[in-house]
Amino acid sequence: MARYLVKRVLIMILTLFMIALLTFCLMHVVPGSPFTSQKQVSQAVLDALNAKYNLDDPLWKQFVDYMIGVLHFDFGPSYKYTGKTVNDFIEGGMPYSGTLGLITLVFVLLMSIPMGIVAALRNGKWQDMLLMFLATLGVTIPSFVIATGLLYIFSFKLGWTPVYGVDSWKGYILPMIAMGGYSISFLARLMRSSLLEVMGQDYIRTARAKGISEVRIIWKHALRNALIPVITVLGPTIANLLTGSFVIEKIFAIPGLGGYFVNSVTQRDYTTIMGMTIFYATVLIAMIFIVDIFYCLIDPRIKYE
Amino acid sequence: MEHILEVKDLQTSFLTSSGEVKAVRGVSFFVNKGESVGIVGESGSGKSVTSLSVMQLLVGTGKIIGGSVKLNGRELVGLSPKEMRSIRGKEVAMIFQDPMTSLNPLIPVGEQVGEMLWSHDKSLSKAQREERVIDLFRMVRIPEPETRLKSFPHEFSGGMRQRVMIAMALACKPDLLIADEPTTALDVSIQDQILKLMRSIQKEMGMSIMFITHDLGVVAELCSRVLVMYGGLIMEEANIYDVFENPLHPYTMGLIASIPDINQDKSKKLQPIIGSPPDMVHPPEGCPFAPRCPYACRICLHQLPPVFSAGEGHKSRCWLLAGDAPSSGNPLKGRKGAKE
Repeated sequence: MARYLVKRVLIMILTLFMIALLTFCLMHVVPGSPFTSQKQVSQAVLDALNAKYNLDDPLWKQFVDYMIGVLHFDFGPSYKYTGKTVNDFIEGGMPYSGTLGLITLVFVLLMSIPMGIVAALRNGKWQDMLLMFLATLGVTIPSFVIATGLLYIFSFKLGWTPVYGVDSWKGYILPMIAMGGYSISFLARLMRSSLLEVMGQDYIRTARAKGISEVRIIWKHALRNALIPVITVLGPTIANLLTGSFVIEKIFAIPGLGGYFVNSVTQRDYTTIMGMTIFYATVLIAMIFIVDIFYCLIDPRIKYE
Repeated sequence: MEHILEVKDLQTSFLTSSGEVKAVRGVSFFVNKGESVGIVGESGSGKSVTSLSVMQLLVGTGKIIGGSVKLNGRELVGLSPKEMRSIRGKEVAMIFQDPMTSLNPLIPVGEQVGEMLWSHDKSLSKAQREERVIDLFRMVRIPEPETRLKSFPHEFSGGMRQRVMIAMALACKPDLLIADEPTTALDVSIQDQILKLMRSIQKEMGMSIMFITHDLGVVAELCSRVLVMYGGLIMEEANIYDVFENPLHPYTMGLIASIPDINQDKSKKLQPIIGSPPDMVHPPEGCPFAPRCPYACRICLHQLPPVFSAGEGHKSRCWLLAGDAPSSGNPLKGRKGAKE
């Protein structure tokens, strides 16, 4: 197990390096630079800017310098917002995106898993039909449509929740629903089909043959088995929720990470692109790693050597 | 003799989109105390559904349509799920065909066997249960039971898993053990071990066994009486000697003729029963075996034969045993039990 962990961490570092390298290359292949703007800037000014940020160095040197910075947890200055560093963006945005993500995650889990269980146990009955209809809506309707609808009804018409910002806890309610809608629907469907499959397994029949109650059969024998596929997709889902959604943050005016990420790309803010990508990739890889460890705890058949 | 199990005119159907599948169409039999009865038949003959009906473990759309199942004199059909649960495992237990999939992969085997004890006796402490499980593992000859208790199913071989299943089934000392093809998924040498184990445990505990199989050789080894099923009906019922020495139903004769003989000439072809089993959504109005029967007469296609008695405990559902059956070409001519 210890050997596996060491190996796994090394692979994670290698993966992150490859992601950084690939992003760096792609970024520089795309035409334009951080200092391209509508206003005509004289070549002398451009040269001075490039020299200030070492953009006149050869690309490999830029990459090496940048990576050395990253190793010291220094993601560099923003090329677009003077006086701001990428670390400022992450430190400023993460509390909002992280809080919203965590709340949404809890909400998603509390909704989707019970929904899937009820739908599976009432397979073919009206409860199943209703829940799966809602789940189809949740998957197909884009989150910004849900968000706008929610805003219109609960903030504008009823006035129960603030229209923008997260100054009070009420501000998190609508973004949570809008952002969680897709994941709830997706996980509820997965939970339903997984539980249905497990309930048809031979070992469930064995459990029934023991004369134990249906509640215990579901709780003790079916759920843990049915959760395995759900846990698999949970890693990427958590990473997605935690790092924020550009659309949702934009609609609800939440100063999270999502906004910086998208803006940095359109503005060729090289360091911000790199910083955000590395940050997101790290969260994602860490979540997948945690999920793999979880597997080990839930399923004795999985042994990491 | 005391009947542990008495089944009368049991009918079980599955309601599917293509119609009602009449899997069991009026089956009557009994199992005596301490007796082992074999139910043989090919796939789709209704033998497994019969056993699942006794346990009331039918899944999906399966439903007992009619008839009666009495265990220790108590009617089981119509019991509430809760009452049935108190019987399942305690008075009648079951072992299944595939030991590879019949155990929960996430729970240690000792705990799975212990759950059977817990299910019917909540007063046992955890330590007492563990002790009982160790005893049970010893009884089914699982080596090092104290450590194997904590193992997971995937750490066991198929034969060992089936021993765990047997230990589980015997945990509450049931009066009747239903074994649904318990050796089919195992290789031959392990099959033999499991059968010997079951026989010795039966001797020890004196329980009754209902043994479902398609393997006549297995029946010969373990059972004293045999029911031959086909098309959801019992075609022949006889003691183990009569089944092999004096089969009175053409289906039974076909089954026995199709067993390869180890001494026979290797160039000789096996003798199968030509044709395939009937469609149980629209079962034939006459004898279900008639389309495949080499001795079928006109009446066989139109009218279901009644059960004819042919000597003590020997019954056959075949028109060949009728008093006015033609004697020319009748394979039963001059046989014991057949009409003169």
